[in-house]
Amino acid sequence: MSPTALATPFLAAASGDGGGYHAPEPQEFYQPLIGHGDWALTRPIVVMAISVGLIAWFLLATTKRASVVPSRGQWVTEALHTFVRNSLARDIIGSKEFLRFVPALFTLFSILLVNNLFGIIPPIQFPTMGRIGFPIALTLVVYVVYHTVGIRKKGFRNYIGGMIPKGLPGPIYILIVPLELLTQFITQPLTLSLRLFGNMFAGHMLLLLFITGGQYMVIHGSIGLKFAGAGSFVMAFVLMIFEGLIELLQAYIFTLLAATYIAAALADEH
Amino acid sequence: MQHLTGIPATVGLASADNTAERLPILPLWGELIFGLVAFAILYVVVSRKVVPRLEEMYAERTAAIEGGMQHAEEAQAEAQAALEQYQAQLHEARAEANRIREDARAQGASIVAEMREQAQAEASRIAESAKKQIDAERQSALVQLRAEVGGLSTELASRIVGESLQQEARQSGIIDRFLAELESGDIKPEKVGAAAEGEARSGEES
Repeated sequence: MSPTALATPFLAAASGDGGGYHAPEPQEFYQPLIGHGDWALTRPIVVMAISVGLIAWFLLATTKRASVVPSRGQWVTEALHTFVRNSLARDIIGSKEFLRFVPALFTLFSILLVNNLFGIIPPIQFPTMGRIGFPIALTLVVYVVYHTVGIRKKGFRNYIGGMIPKGLPGPIYILIVPLELLTQFITQPLTLSLRLFGNMFAGHMLLLLFITGGQYMVIHGSIGLKFAGAGSFVMAFVLMIFEGLIELLQAYIFTLLAATYIAAALADEH
Repeated sequence: MQHLTGIPATVGLASADNTAERLPILPLWGELIFGLVAFAILYVVVSRKVVPRLEEMYAERTAAIEGGMQHAEEAQAEAQAALEQYQAQLHEARAEANRIREDARAQGASIVAEMREQAQAEASRIAESAKKQIDAERQSALVQLRAEVGGLSTELASRIVGESLQQEARQSGIIDRFLAELESGDIKPEKVGAAAEGEARSGEES
């Protein structure tokens, strides 16, 4: 959140509730700019639009005259692309079929990377993935892709059959079959989106807490609380760096898992 | 709960609907749809433009590197060939130089030998001719001496004897016999010496 956005609920709370400290709430992540309800133009939508515009512009600009000897911008794009292409796609999916998934994984990775980092980059400072709609959208893409390629490659019956491990004693299957199907069709996408959402949401919440708390203590507290408030700001700074690491890590994990699910769907044996 | 209801109302955001009250794990439809749209837009850009460009460039780079390596190998092979050729030429040149040196030495030796032979021949020729000349001179001197000695002794004898023997037919016979006896050593030195002394004395006396 930008400083003003952070300050607004706090000040409102301070004046409205007669001066008590009001901790940040999940509701504050809902920030409609135009309209309201399900179809409102919200702040994360704007951030997401900006990020897509920036990414598209950067990628196009740096690859426009892609040369054998890279320029600085091209070098950055190349490093990211090579990372997704070789370390994620090729190593996990295998050198035979990875190439057609590289654009999707690269898109996924760049969207996640930029949007996650927006969580701590001023003046945006809003974690888009802290709104569950976006992780669900990306998970939906991954979900559809890996089931589609799996069914297309093996046929529906073989694909579903391939999920069940073979060679187990009969009664175990009563337990295994629903578990495996649950894992493949419900748990995997659920955890994929919730992991990303939870990390971004909670991390940002923590930052909000330390910043608004510090602000309140410095402004309204007694002399001792003012020092505590300063400590709270230091803590917020440290956590911001920590949050940056988590943001990178989550972008990586999401893409990694997407590649893993695709690889599992394409794998010949379970 | 007091806070929950309090904030949206005071801030004035979305007080008219309960969207803010929704659980944070329930999506806003607009955001979900926009997430899909955003992904789709970026996917089109990346898969149509960015990735093909990069892949093409990677292929080019691989080709360039392989081409460069091939070029370097060729250059090395060329250099190796040049070196070998150079060494062969050097070897040949050395052999040639050796051969020339050997030739020159042999030629020099033969020239020296020839010169020496020539010089020897010349020397022996000169010595031969000198010897011949000496022989001839000696012969002529001997002949001359013999005639002179004959004349002198005849005159001496005629003076001693006091009579001219020139006209005598036996004259030459006497002289020759005398000379032959002189040469063969038959004449006794005392007698001749005494006779000579006597003749000399008498010659002086007369």
